[in-house]
Amino acid sequence: MDSQGHRRLRYILLVLGAIALAYSVSVIAQSPSSRPLGIGRVATTEEIAKIDIDVRPDGAGLPEGKGTFADGAKVYAAKCQSCHGANGQGGSAARLVDRESGKNWDFATNAKLVKTVGNYWPYATTLFDYTNRAMPFMQPGTLTADETYSLTAYILALNKIIPEDAVMDRTTLPKVVMPSRDRFVIDNRKGGKVVK
Amino acid sequence: MERPTSISRRRILAAGTAGIVGAALPIAGQNPDQAARPKVPADPTKVQGPLATEVGARSPFERPKRVSLGEGRTSSLTPLQDLDGIITPADLHFERHHGGVPAIDPKTHTLLIHGMVDRPLVFTIDDLRRFPGKSIIRSMECSGNGGRVYRREGNQTDLTPQQIDGLTSTSEWTGVPLATLLREAGASPKATWFLAEGSDAAVMTRSIPIAKAWDDALIAYGQNGEPLRPEQGYPVRLFLPGVEGNASVKWLRRIELADQPFMTREETSKYTDPLPDGTARIFSLDMDAKSLITEPSFPDRLTGPGWWEIRGIAWSGRGKITRVDISTDNGKTWTQAKLDDPVLPKCHTRFRLPWEWKGGEAVIASRATDETGYVQPTYEVLLAARGPSTAYHFNNIRAWKVNADGSVKFNGGL
Repeated sequence: MDSQGHRRLRYILLVLGAIALAYSVSVIAQSPSSRPLGIGRVATTEEIAKIDIDVRPDGAGLPEGKGTFADGAKVYAAKCQSCHGANGQGGSAARLVDRESGKNWDFATNAKLVKTVGNYWPYATTLFDYTNRAMPFMQPGTLTADETYSLTAYILALNKIIPEDAVMDRTTLPKVVMPSRDRFVIDNRKGGKVVK
Repeated sequence: MERPTSISRRRILAAGTAGIVGAALPIAGQNPDQAARPKVPADPTKVQGPLATEVGARSPFERPKRVSLGEGRTSSLTPLQDLDGIITPADLHFERHHGGVPAIDPKTHTLLIHGMVDRPLVFTIDDLRRFPGKSIIRSMECSGNGGRVYRREGNQTDLTPQQIDGLTSTSEWTGVPLATLLREAGASPKATWFLAEGSDAAVMTRSIPIAKAWDDALIAYGQNGEPLRPEQGYPVRLFLPGVEGNASVKWLRRIELADQPFMTREETSKYTDPLPDGTARIFSLDMDAKSLITEPSFPDRLTGPGWWEIRGIAWSGRGKITRVDISTDNGKTWTQAKLDDPVLPKCHTRFRLPWEWKGGEAVIASRATDETGYVQPTYEVLLAARGPSTAYHFNNIRAWKVNADGSVKFNGGL
């Protein structure tokens, strides 16, 4: 991600934060400040690390390791292709690759469009996070960090978002700018007379 | 009124003094199982009945069922047309799973709260039950509820309330307010979001504004007086009143406080709402006001002109329902329905209106208003705001057509 991209991401996160905070200030003020009841026990660093698997858009949570398109192609053929189809074109599971359809973002008016990583997903880190936590479907949570980085590189490169020789790791992945990143807007529905 | 696909009290009452031993003739739409009437004594006052049991069962004449649409069985719908009042029996609460239903031992399951807290804490289910608890009666609706008719797939008219809007249910939920646990862990005032993570094969995750935790989020272990059903998140789930169902993460194992959303797969690539202007709403959590007439509805048949009660449910994720209006003339005129007690916020509210059916064709529809002043929109209004292939939040007015022969068909909306 270029420095402008970084600024945009920071801006989006700031706006989201401000909205969440504004919504909460009045409620927090009403919360009684009581002492802890002493129920439960303090978690150890080790037990937190064991299940704290989430990865954020800023890269927080990404593990050591790396992967490339070439490595990803092998892992994909062995563990993903039977459901997601050759080259991520879809099968019994979702299509993953297609940057061209939907590039005008007419998803609300064109029922034929299929949302893919390339034409819809706003953050590349989400691809790593989800693949790591929930894939392959019949053996969820069994991929190594290198395999997950490789699959992420493979799908991103098939979508022409990164070059085929790019190495994905904890430094490079958060810098990938997804084509649809700036398409997402905060929910402006608030009840009242106007239907939005 | 006759209900061909379920054996209702009304049909039994209609059988009257003739008793209910005789097998009814199969009616179109019935399967052989439904047509076979349970055998009961001709006169129950002349024979001793069976004695007390450990766990009760429904009358063999009542067989409400959830149904799954599509092949994947990743969801099932509540038989709204078979229910009275507002509470959904726990075994009929709708389902939506992202990785199946995990089997979890409540003695070993724990909930971790960490991230922007002074003290990361681990709670067992017994720990959670020690905290000051709370019970609330609230609804939950899937954000995809009603999508099938919004997209007008096939313009079908033979659709039941269950098939149209069965991804909504109401329970009494019991648990500990999430705010209590955040205070126990010493939540940082700088935390603006929290991540909720499940212990299913999807390791389901959603980011939620932390204001919801301080407001009315519940860490629920009880449902309608008993522990959660496995398919509802046993032994513990998040419950977010008024919010699209998928965010109430089931089989809850972890809550992490942060100063930004995590942008998980569900909240970015799935549960977002494309709009006609080429954008998509993200974190569109609140469910807008909606209502549905459940009686008469397909496949009912009114047995003759005269007085009938129009009944249904209305709800809003933003607060209480303040009124429900009914039209029996295709939206030309509206009459305010009566709301049953209790009228609770973010909860199904039962409405009723007596109606004298003159015997001709009639299009009946309901329109809900909530305490924010929001009025359930027509299809055209929602379509203009969202576009025909938007993905979620389908709360437009639903209509039924009563035909001259008394048959009732789904008639889209107004």
